[in-house]
Amino acid sequence: MTAVASRPAATRLVDHFEYGLDAPICLTWELTYACNLACVHCLSSSGRRDPRELTTDECKALIDEFERMQIFYVNIGGGEPTVRPDFWELLDYAVAHHVGVKFSTNGFRITSERARQLAATDYVDVQVSLDGATAEVNDPIRGAGTYDAALRAMDNLRDAGMKDFKLSVVCTRDNIPQLDEFKKIADDHGAQLRLTRLRPAGRGADVWEDLHPLPHQQRELYDWLVAHGEGVLTGDSFFHLAAFGDALPGLNLCGAGRVVCLVDPVGDVYACPFAIHDNFLAGNIRDEGFKQVWQESALFRSLREPQTGGACTSCSAYDSCRGGCMAAKFFTGMPLDGPDPECVKGNAEFVSAGDRPAPSQDHSHRGTVRNAPVPVSIGRRRPPTTMCDESPVNAADLTPTGS
Amino acid sequence: MLDEAWVLNGSVALRPEPFGALAYDFTTRRLSFLKDPALVEVVRALGEHATVTETFDAVGIAPADRPRFGAALERLAGQQMIVRRDAA
Ligand code: SF4
Ligand code: SF4
Repeated sequence: MTAVASRPAATRLVDHFEYGLDAPICLTWELTYACNLACVHCLSSSGRRDPRELTTDECKALIDEFERMQIFYVNIGGGEPTVRPDFWELLDYAVAHHVGVKFSTNGFRITSERARQLAATDYVDVQVSLDGATAEVNDPIRGAGTYDAALRAMDNLRDAGMKDFKLSVVCTRDNIPQLDEFKKIADDHGAQLRLTRLRPAGRGADVWEDLHPLPHQQRELYDWLVAHGEGVLTGDSFFHLAAFGDALPGLNLCGAGRVVCLVDPVGDVYACPFAIHDNFLAGNIRDEGFKQVWQESALFRSLREPQTGGACTSCSAYDSCRGGCMAAKFFTGMPLDGPDPECVKGNAEFVSAGDRPAPSQDHSHRGTVRNAPVPVSIGRRRPPTTMCDESPVNAADLTPTGS
Repeated sequence: MLDEAWVLNGSVALRPEPFGALAYDFTTRRLSFLKDPALVEVVRALGEHATVTETFDAVGIAPADRPRFGAALERLAGQQMIVRRDAA
């Protein structure tokens, strides 16, 4: 041991992860803020393309850097990544440079021809987003016609012989009763079901109060996940539910800036895909390169310091829950060192949430959108409880698109 | 296993990390962790030696540690991270 070791030596793997790795394990790269849809809960407030978007050459240089850092795979998202004209070119480039790709799509552009191409490419995985097992539940959230489009894409992928692609579902108050149906849709398509947590990020902050699962649904979800074990993927997103009992499979820690990060369409690097806000912006790859940001940025270095658990430290579940999700706390105005807003022990009630932070950016569509969400219940918005409960800056943008 | 020839699976890449290495299998998309720098050395060197035991000798694994390393290699073999050389 040298004198400079100011923190205890890591013995468990999870401790190493807390101190950060030389390169991320779970890197999300959002290729564009452009999207043909306008989902009410979009974590990146996508819609319009950002004119400063990375060029094809810049994207390729970034892939080269990923290869040098041995980042074995990236999760590509958006926006809708397939609307970039060079999307398929970048996909091929990444694969040729030993950077595997899993990309998320709403399915509109996964034609039978593209599906065959994908099935024939090694190291590429596809994740089709669907937030209701029926059009009645899905389309109010993702937009008119989006259920049919996702199912068509999945049919095409199955028919092309694509194995184990992902059906990705954000769990909400409305679709938690449909977990078995989602599983069946996935099974019928030879796909794997992936369930992730709704987070109050981007436009998700606007619908959080209406859509986040109710306390008894959290329990239902936890029991369902335990019953289905490793057969269902969760992207490690439900570790706050571990406080119900046994830990779920996965790392069970907030990986933001430690093993997780986001590169956004203009090259900004954030601590996590659900933390697109100036407070979690570590740097830009155009200025300093990705490696430099990942390894040296002041923000990431501070996230890798031992964190204080605040009010959670005395909780019996702290070892597995660790106070939950940093982004969920931040965007609901709760202190970062306290309980998660969905704390299953009910401790969030004892914390007074401050004002919700104003978003730092918004690429939402401003005009009408062809496949706009069908406003039923989601269109109702909770009345502001304080003057600043909703961002005063973009009040007009908070109206559901198309209504 | 100890008398056999093994090698890192061709579809697996190792990335050095402070705790040892990350191992990623491009075919199965499976990520594993090698939690000991000496184990990483062994895995990297397997292909250069006629047997696992000779690899242990070359890397300098003490006899007392060999059962532990042997068990770790069995686990990696179970995940197809390392493969028998004649089968490779
Ligand atoms: S901030 Fe939340 S979503 Fe992001 S890595 Fe941490 S726990 Fe996961
Ligand atoms: S008090 Fe904190 S650690 Fe305990 S269950 Fe709630 S969020 Fe998790």
